[in-house]
Amino acid sequence: MERVTVPPPMSLLAELTHRCPLQCPYCSNPLVLDPRVGELSTVEWCRVLDEAADLGVLQVHFSGGEPMARKDLPELVGHAVRRGLYTNLITSGVLMDEAALVRLAEAGLDHVQLSFQDVEVVSAERIGGMKGAQAKKIAAARLIVADGMPLTLNFVIHRLNVERIPAMFALAEELGARRVEIAHTQYYGWGLKNRATLLPTRAQLEQSERDVAAARARFGTWMAIDFVTPDYYADEPKPCMGGWGRRFLNVAPSGRVLPCHAAETIPGVVFPTVREETLAGIWNDSALFGMFRGTDWMPEPCRSCHRKEEDWGGCRCQALALTGRADAADPVCQRSPDRAVVDAALREVDDTGGNLAYRRVSGIK
Amino acid sequence: MSEGGITEDGIPAFARGTRLQHDRVRDQWIVQAPERAFIADVIAAEILQRVDGVASLRGIIDGLAAAFEAPREVIARDVMTMVRDLTGRQVLVWKG
Repeated sequence: MERVTVPPPMSLLAELTHRCPLQCPYCSNPLVLDPRVGELSTVEWCRVLDEAADLGVLQVHFSGGEPMARKDLPELVGHAVRRGLYTNLITSGVLMDEAALVRLAEAGLDHVQLSFQDVEVVSAERIGGMKGAQAKKIAAARLIVADGMPLTLNFVIHRLNVERIPAMFALAEELGARRVEIAHTQYYGWGLKNRATLLPTRAQLEQSERDVAAARARFGTWMAIDFVTPDYYADEPKPCMGGWGRRFLNVAPSGRVLPCHAAETIPGVVFPTVREETLAGIWNDSALFGMFRGTDWMPEPCRSCHRKEEDWGGCRCQALALTGRADAADPVCQRSPDRAVVDAALREVDDTGGNLAYRRVSGIK
Repeated sequence: MSEGGITEDGIPAFARGTRLQHDRVRDQWIVQAPERAFIADVIAAEILQRVDGVASLRGIIDGLAAAFEAPREVIARDVMTMVRDLTGRQVLVWKG
């Protein structure tokens, strides 16, 4: 087979741990969480950062779980900074205090993305499953802004908070954040498990679009706004991760290397680990990264589709979760023979307030 | 300073959390910013390498016009377009 040169990755999601004080029912972590005992050591993470920089990664996103649960976070940030990597911390903020922020700032941390579950305290703490979290998050935001470090507020949107998007922008403005992410829940793993409770109605989605448009008009360039819509209501799939194995690497707490954070659901494939192989070897040569790279793997209707190099067939994990086949067209696509499964989910949007399966080890059935 | 109020007297600087960086793997210049990195083309890289928080926009334009032996008004127009764009993207901030 002809060997195709693979362009290097742009971005590394470093999931330092799956431990987290919060239990959000749409968490992007897998249903089976990595235990603390198997986590990569500081030395191992430093090697991963070295290999990422050499491979061409430009930005590293320290995430989790809650990455601040790792005591060596400032050390890892400092190591990444010395290798020229742009460092982003994706945090819930509940473990942030002034001393911790000073250590991170001194290590050279470039940016913080701080998650909020809602603006309304009772709802926020119901979604996150942690009492007292909201006040800690507000305090963390104030510390970051006072330091002068750029801050993004991240809101994951679903039926339980979608009506408060205008208040989310107001909170960002009051706290002094210059970037806001309004990201509708993506339905894999925990989110899929809770889909019936979380998926908004079409009317709610359309209202959220109007709310974001109004905020863009009001803030202009003062506030950078990222808006992610729920693809169930779209006719075309999203270019998940910018295409499988094209831009993005995810290293899980125990060292498995994945093209996206849900990829471990895919059956019949070996998940490579940094404990056994180099990042470059995994990126360029592993069966996992080659599996859905480019367009050769595609079935119809993707193979003959004019959009195949725009959306790259959509999301493999969504195809697997909804059709049972990871190599099917993303069923969100109007041309997919499986679109009916998405339409059925939309018809089942229930308005009862619902029960949530919280993201915790005991929540797995 | 507002985006529309940029003058040659202003002194541009990179906002905290943004920087110009040479990407040695791809041999190109990039602007690193929160949650994004974008490619700086050859002209943008020439301009941004002169942004040090000390030089005024006037000084930067003068320097480029001299270095490239190009009409100053052409350089000034290109520079103004680019710095307005990057100010709108929260990459550049202004003093003076």
